[in-house]
Amino acid sequence: MSDLMQEVTSRAFRLNVPLNVQLDLTYRCNERCVHCYLDHRDHGEMTTAEIKHLLEDMAHAGVFILTLSGGEIFVRKDIFEIIEHARQLMFYVRLKTNATLIREHEARRLRDLAIESIQVSIYSHRADVHDAVTLLPGSLERSLDAIRFLKAHGLKVIMANVLMTYNAGDYAKVRSLAADLGVECTLDPTITPMMDGDRSVLRLGVDHDALREVFRDEELVGDAESFCAIPPEVGEDDLESTPCSAGHTACYVSPYGDVFPCVQFPLPTGNIRRERFIDIWRHSTQMNDVRSIRVKDLPTCSSCTHASSCSRCPGLAYMEGNMRGPSSQDCEKSFARTGIPSANMLNNKRAGANLVQILPVAAPGNSPAAGAIA
Amino acid sequence: MSSLYIARSPRVAARALDGEMMIMSGRDSTLFTLNETATILWQSADGVTPLERIVEERICGEFEVYPDEALHDAEVLARELAEYGILVVSQEPILQSTFPIGDSR
Repeated sequence: MSDLMQEVTSRAFRLNVPLNVQLDLTYRCNERCVHCYLDHRDHGEMTTAEIKHLLEDMAHAGVFILTLSGGEIFVRKDIFEIIEHARQLMFYVRLKTNATLIREHEARRLRDLAIESIQVSIYSHRADVHDAVTLLPGSLERSLDAIRFLKAHGLKVIMANVLMTYNAGDYAKVRSLAADLGVECTLDPTITPMMDGDRSVLRLGVDHDALREVFRDEELVGDAESFCAIPPEVGEDDLESTPCSAGHTACYVSPYGDVFPCVQFPLPTGNIRRERFIDIWRHSTQMNDVRSIRVKDLPTCSSCTHASSCSRCPGLAYMEGNMRGPSSQDCEKSFARTGIPSANMLNNKRAGANLVQILPVAAPGNSPAAGAIA
Repeated sequence: MSSLYIARSPRVAARALDGEMMIMSGRDSTLFTLNETATILWQSADGVTPLERIVEERICGEFEVYPDEALHDAEVLARELAEYGILVVSQEPILQSTFPIGDSR
């Protein structure tokens, strides 16, 4: 982030301006990615008129960076009408897509609309692996063709690679592929639980050793020694800091008009079909609750060695049951990065140890079944 | 009399934050923040109002400046913003089919 962007973000934070919004236009999709957290059925998406009205409200509220995502946004027949309206309102527009529906014509229109960037999901350089993730035969070939069209029109493309058991060994080759195509590449090891709370999809997350390897890859993290160093001592400033930008300068709007602090933080705060966007942003009890949290308020994490450097996601913590609690996935990341277990991991280990100690006490004179329950 | 006309580039993104314009260049995603005078030029850049009238009505009306000096400074500033791809400057009125709607305030 440039110094000026940091300054602008700090000012937006002080003024409580929602500088950055992700708007999902649909949850429908032509792919069926194995790790996807969405329900792809349409439960009443916003109409074109509703979305245009929302965009106008968001522009008045000060939203500047607008990420349009889904689902697959290009399954909406009105997608260009929406993007055009967003650009007329002078949003800085980013798109997230699988790009399988982008051909030469669409790439040219996106260039004409001066889109900032298009993020395309690519899971592997190998068609069999990528297509096994998307469950759409031929999808890698179509996505790569689209990237070439977009690049040919001078658009900025970012390949987004989600790291999971299916493709754990492929990320270096995906980066090479991105370099060959002249596009950027990001790697995300986070698998998000389903929006209905189902956590079974987390089984696709990579194990400790794979994470450890990623965090020591200097192509990805720069100076690995410094990236994986023992965290600095937690200071007053760390404890007074906010966990992330969710609810402070950023939020998320679903295709049904529900407003959340972040796409990964499904705490309902209001719906734009019943209230104005700015009223939800400023006055929602839930949004203000999220806003009030400082690191010092986190019962477990405030005393953790990693408090100053952890990537703790309050949304993932919320999905674990408590937005002020730890996010186990981030504990795992901090542990894989530094080799030092988090306070949460140590607590869990102690709790597990206590259970083992209880067993022999409960055993004498009790039935085997009672012992097993203990 | 100056016959310079200025219009907002349709290839930038823009929003006002605390009364100051943030402009993201469509050329290379460089972020600019405009000072008070540049913000006035941006907000008045409808492509059809001559720069001289913008200076007379919006700048001389708000600041204690000599009109000739203010017009000269505004021309320099407008051309500088055009170099960054933020404004379009022309000797003729600028009629753009993709002209941005709204005032981005």
